[in-house]
Parts: sequence; C-alpha cells; structure tokens
Amino acid sequence: MRTARFANLPWHIICWVLGISFLLPLVWMFSTALKPPGLVFETPIRWIPENPRWYNYPQVFEKLPLFSRFFVNTFYVTLMGAAGCVLSSLLVGFGLSRINWPGRNAVFGMLIATLMLPGVVTIIPLYIIFRYAQLVGTFYPLWIPAWFGYAFYIFLMRQYMMTLPRELDEAARMDGAANFRILWQIITPLCSPAIATIAIFAFLQHYNDFLGPLLYISANEMFTLQLGLLWFQGRFGNFWHLVMAASVMTIVPVLVLFFAAQKRFVQGIQLTGLAGR
Amino acid sequence: MTASQRRDLRDGILFTLPFVLGALLLWVGPMLYSLVLVVLDWNLITRPDYVGMKNLAKLVDGRDPLFYKSLYNTFYFTFFSVPLQLLAAFGLALLLNQPMKGLGVYRTIFYIPSITPAVAFAVVWIQILNPEWGILNQILGWFGVEPIKWLFDPAFTRPAFVLMSLWLVGPQMIIFLAGLQSVSPELKDAAQIDGANTWQSFLHVTIPAISPIFFFNLVIGVIGSFQVFTNAFIMTRGGPQDSTLFMVLHIYRNAFEWFDMGYAATLAWVLFIIIMLFTVIQFRFARTWVYYESESSN
Repeated sequence: MRTARFANLPWHIICWVLGISFLLPLVWMFSTALKPPGLVFETPIRWIPENPRWYNYPQVFEKLPLFSRFFVNTFYVTLMGAAGCVLSSLLVGFGLSRINWPGRNAVFGMLIATLMLPGVVTIIPLYIIFRYAQLVGTFYPLWIPAWFGYAFYIFLMRQYMMTLPRELDEAARMDGAANFRILWQIITPLCSPAIATIAIFAFLQHYNDFLGPLLYISANEMFTLQLGLLWFQGRFGNFWHLVMAASVMTIVPVLVLFFAAQKRFVQGIQLTGLAGR
Repeated sequence: MTASQRRDLRDGILFTLPFVLGALLLWVGPMLYSLVLVVLDWNLITRPDYVGMKNLAKLVDGRDPLFYKSLYNTFYFTFFSVPLQLLAAFGLALLLNQPMKGLGVYRTIFYIPSITPAVAFAVVWIQILNPEWGILNQILGWFGVEPIKWLFDPAFTRPAFVLMSLWLVGPQMIIFLAGLQSVSPELKDAAQIDGANTWQSFLHVTIPAISPIFFFNLVIGVIGSFQVFTNAFIMTRGGPQDSTLFMVLHIYRNAFEWFDMGYAATLAWVLFIIIMLFTVIQFRFARTWVYYESESSN
C-alpha cells in the first residue's frame, strides 16, 4: 500500500495545485465578503478574516433595498423560462421521436441546422421586433423564446425518448389512446431524468442571462440579479466587501442547485455537450 | 391514407408546431429582417432611409477603424483561447481519468467556476487582476515577476482574457472525460500485446478514438469565443485603447449606444459569416484528422 500511495503522490500534488487555482476566485469572494472595509486590500492577503463581519450581508440590502426585489424578478424569469423549455421539449421531442409522419425528418433537419447557428445575427432584429410588439421593458422577451423550444433541449429530449421501448405506445394505441394522452400519461413519467437535466440547464441559462436583461430591462425595480449586481458594483464600487457579499448572494442559488443535482449536470453535459452557461 | 395515418400527420404537425413557429419567428424572420436592415440608415426614431451598400462600404473602406480593431481582437482571443482551453480541458480530463481516490471532489472543483454567473465572475476577476493588491500579481511575485498592470495595460488585457477563459473549461473537460472513459479497453490491450508502450498506445489508440470529441469541442469553442462579450462589457468596457473591443461589443455599441441599426446589423452579418465560414472549414478539414469508427470498418 505504501508504494502505491507514493506512486500517486505526484498526481495528488498536481490536482491539489490545480484545484486551489480553480477555487481561488471563489474563495477570494467568500473571504472578502466577510471583511471590514479597511482590511479588503491587505497584503499579503489574509484568507480567513479574523473577525468575520456577517453584517456585510444585511448591509447590502440597507444600501440597496431593491436587491431583494432582484431575487424575485430573477426567479420569475428563470421559472417561466425553465417551464417553457421543459414543456416545449416534451411536446416537440415526442413529435420527433414517437409519431410517424411524413414531415418528421424535415423538421428534425431544421432542428439540427439551428443547433449551431450563432445567435449574434438575430440580436438586433429581435430587439426591433419586440420593440414593435411594445414588449421592451417587460419580462416577456426574456422567457417567451423558451416556450417555442430551444434546439438543444429538444434534441436532448428526442434522443432520450428514442431509447424508450416502442411497445409502450403501441399497447396504449391499441386501446385507442390519443397521442397527447400517451405523451402525458406514459412517456412523460418515464422521461424524468431528461426533464430534470433540461430544467437544470434552462434554470442556469435564464438565471445567468446577462445580455437579455441588459437589452430589454431598463427600470431599476425590474432588474434581474445579474443587472442588479452590476448596478450595485457601479454605485458602491468603493465598498468591495459589500460588492463581494452581493456577489456571493447571486452565486449561492447556483451552487445549491449544483450540489443538489451534480449527477444530472454531468449526465446532461455528456448527453449534449451543452456548455454550462 | 388511413384514418390513423391522417391522425398521426395532424399530431406530428401539432406537436412540433412550437419549434417550427419558433424557427420562423425567432430565426428565419429575424435573419431576413436583418438583411433588410443592412441597406438602411435607421436610428429607431426617425424614418429609416434606404442607403444601399453604404453600410457595407463604411465597413470595407476603413472609415470605421474600430471594426478592424475589433476583428483583430476577436481573432486574437479565439486563436489563443480555443487551443489553450482544449489543452487545459483535455489535460484535466486525463488527470481525472486515473484510477485514484478523490476524483469526484476534483471534478467538482474544476467544474464550479463554469457555473458562476458571469457578472460575479467578472467582478471578482477585476480584483484578482488588480496591479497593486490583486492575488495574481502576489503569486507571480513569489517567482520574481514584476507586477503586471493587466487590465490597465493594452499589451496585457487580451492575455488576461485568455487566462480567465481557462477557468471555464469545466463542460469541455466533462465531455473529454466521458470520451476517455468510453475508449474500449480491448483496443488498448490489443495494442499492448502488439508491443506498444503506454505512450504509443495513448498516441495511436486513445487520441484517434477521442478525435471526434476534440472536433466537437473545437467547433463549439470557436463559435463561442467569436461571440465573446460579457467580460469585456463589464470589466474593461472595451478599453484600454480599444484593446478588448471585441466584435459583439462593437455591434452592441453601434446598435444600442449609438443607435446605428443598419451598420450594426451589417457588422452582425459579417461576424455571422465569419463564424459559419470557420465552421465549414473545420468540417472540411475534419476528414483529415477526425477518426470515425464506423467509417474505417467499411
């Protein structure tokens, strides 16, 4: 055992050094969030504050009472977006995997084509279209697209549904069940792993969305956390301990989700190669 | 057509309708509309003027030097960050593919920065890169490196952005890891029996087997890095001396700060075509280096 342990030593040292580097930004953030203003830029850096100042957290809300509102706004947009992604991918995924109809391959080809299209070319026309629809300044542009379905999520759901045995629908079809009932009562319960994966990634996507709110939201009380944090940093940029406390608060929901559903993250990335942001 | 076939056709159309509508309303329509914008001079408030090829001419004849600057910056970032990200992700995956204890913990640690919301990520890196008290300069100081001005020195902003992008390789690493774990042990055994050493078996069995994954990560990585925006918007606002003015930031400014919709749409189309061109080239070259198991068996 002893020799084996020594053989592993270089590996552990490399992983340790890399692990510390990867955690450094986050640790700096958490550590600074607990420091009094005067000690933020102490050199050499003190990683564990002597007297952790928990008061920094409530002070963020004292400086900017709207900050709690940003949580509400963000969760609204995020939930609407994630719900839309799950529902649309269930419907479209079913139509592309478990119903035989002449146009199916054409629609699937369209799906694959949009998978790799860079979104940059639609940013400006979409903005003008939403402006004509009088929806600039509302939350709608941030979550409506999700209800039409994103190609990645539909693709993931379709791939998953393809793996379910064919006999499931055929038995129900014999009994005269309609497609919608087959989807709802038989297929959907079996798709919970795919649903969970899509829900998690769609949550992250909408929670972390920056460009969307930047373009469409201008009223302060409608800011999402991402815009709110940027605003906070702009207004109170000298109070780095508070900026870091605010940053920590925007990260915690993501970290909680990550640790609660780590397995799904890994599976989801492997299934689609979907990036986490 | 039987009644059940008719029903399936109707249901097929109904079930996929959200996506088809979305593709028309959110992709095809806007893209066509954006082509119209290219020939307009329009600030969103007054009536749009038809200007023909004027927007395109402005871009080509050098009246907008910032366009060339942003093109250069974007290419610089892509050409350094994508290969380095691939190497880093692959290296980490190789580390995590060893039969050791504590793999799960390390995998989690390497992945976490990738899910950090972009604004918080940017805000904390502003501090890490601070010339006077930032940790990066403190660490480099241990090795005798003089303090670097990072975000305040045009020579170092782009390297700083490339460096930061290495913290976000988590998803690529997971994809590599899945690929490494699916390389068939029989193939490696066969190579060993034929007298290959570990390095040879790595070079001639593992690398070809995961070349499709390299390809996938490369294509996705290039598309993503050509559209880099958020960090530059938050951390440097394109500066200093426009050294971090990337194309999407230039498009954003023309459209939403200077309200020159026609010119911004033209820039967006140029970037779109560049990205598609690079994607096509990569698919063309894929045949020479990407190994597909199903192909070689016929």
